[in-house]
Amino acid sequence: MTGRRATISPYPDGPLIVRGDVELRAADGSRISTHRRTVALCRCGLSTIKPFCDGTHKAAGFKAD
Amino acid sequence: MNVTQSASTAVERVSARGPLSAAVLKSLQGEGPGVDVASSAEQAVASTADVIRDDDVQLALFLLYAVVYGSIPELDARREWDLPLIAARLTLERAFEAAIRAVVPDWPVPEPSAGAVASTLFKVTSADTGPSLSRFLAKKATREQALEFLVLRSIYTLREADPHSWAIPRLRGRAKAALVEIQADEYGGGQAERVHAELFAKAMRGAGLDDRYGGYVDVVPAVTLASMNMMSLFGLNRRLIGAIVGHLAAFEMTSSIPSRLYADGLRRLGFGEDVTDYFDEHVEADAVHEQIAGRDLAGALAEEHPELLPDILFGATACLTLDGVVAEHVLERWQSGRCALRDVTGGGE
Repeated sequence: MTGRRATISPYPDGPLIVRGDVELRAADGSRISTHRRTVALCRCGLSTIKPFCDGTHKAAGFKAD
Repeated sequence: MNVTQSASTAVERVSARGPLSAAVLKSLQGEGPGVDVASSAEQAVASTADVIRDDDVQLALFLLYAVVYGSIPELDARREWDLPLIAARLTLERAFEAAIRAVVPDWPVPEPSAGAVASTLFKVTSADTGPSLSRFLAKKATREQALEFLVLRSIYTLREADPHSWAIPRLRGRAKAALVEIQADEYGGGQAERVHAELFAKAMRGAGLDDRYGGYVDVVPAVTLASMNMMSLFGLNRRLIGAIVGHLAAFEMTSSIPSRLYADGLRRLGFGEDVTDYFDEHVEADAVHEQIAGRDLAGALAEEHPELLPDILFGATACLTLDGVVAEHVLERWQSGRCALRDVTGGGE
């Protein structure tokens, strides 16, 4: 897969939004499949679908700063 | 609920709910309506007690939009710009928009910066304390109620994302790129089988329901049509660009957590992956979309056009209000042991 250079943007009090050509890997090196071009990675630790965000940070009142 | 698939065409399965929708239905099929549709629309809005809950008005408006989408193929494309029908649509739209504006709460307008707009939209959507269909479905709903839920959802979801796509050519720069980023994902990112509307069609088939558009128009209440009509109203009128953007932001911001609850409820009731897949997909997808919609779409639009901020907030609160009206209707029916759909055998209600 060739694509544009990846960007990772921490959205305020929300997830890390990842765009571009990236491969997500688990700690053991196995590949984590992604289903979309732009993904949101959990930053609050409460997601039920980690490493992806499921919006739970909102109910939990997660503050990034 | 009767879930038998009939062989009739979509339009043959739509029945008029009053004189206006009867005239519109005839006219959209290329027949002479027999009455002046434009004055019939004026009479309908003059005599109704509540435009949002009026079956005749909401079905007429729904059909007038369906010919634009092409969602009910038997409606004659040559009638799309028919002058009396356009006049009728404008009359209904004016009354409908005024009714929505009258019931939607005001929210203080933030400064026009992407950060402030996103944060306000997240506050507005999390402050929403309307009735929760998703919690009911997760814990209490019966299999029959789950099927009713899918039928009610089908009016929008078999056309998911389409009302908001009308906004694409009307935006520019960051806001346009953000909307396309969301919509490209809604439309499957290049994979036809991942188009969200197709995932929902698969869910309907998996549950033994008819996945053809229009198949269930007859059994859904006016408020369900109103919720879809509001999106079409905002999407098809360029002057309401702020409202359709705000609507999308609120819709995405109230979707990922409820989608998880819907999927849990459907699993609890023994539905398979073909049915739950749509909802599981939305847990992850909408957690992405809500970030882009709040900041990059609504926020960027407000930075470029601060004058649109009141309508961005209006679109968001209108989304929450109408979702609440539908949820209230459904829960009130279910909690009193009744079906949430219209009883078409007894002539409706």
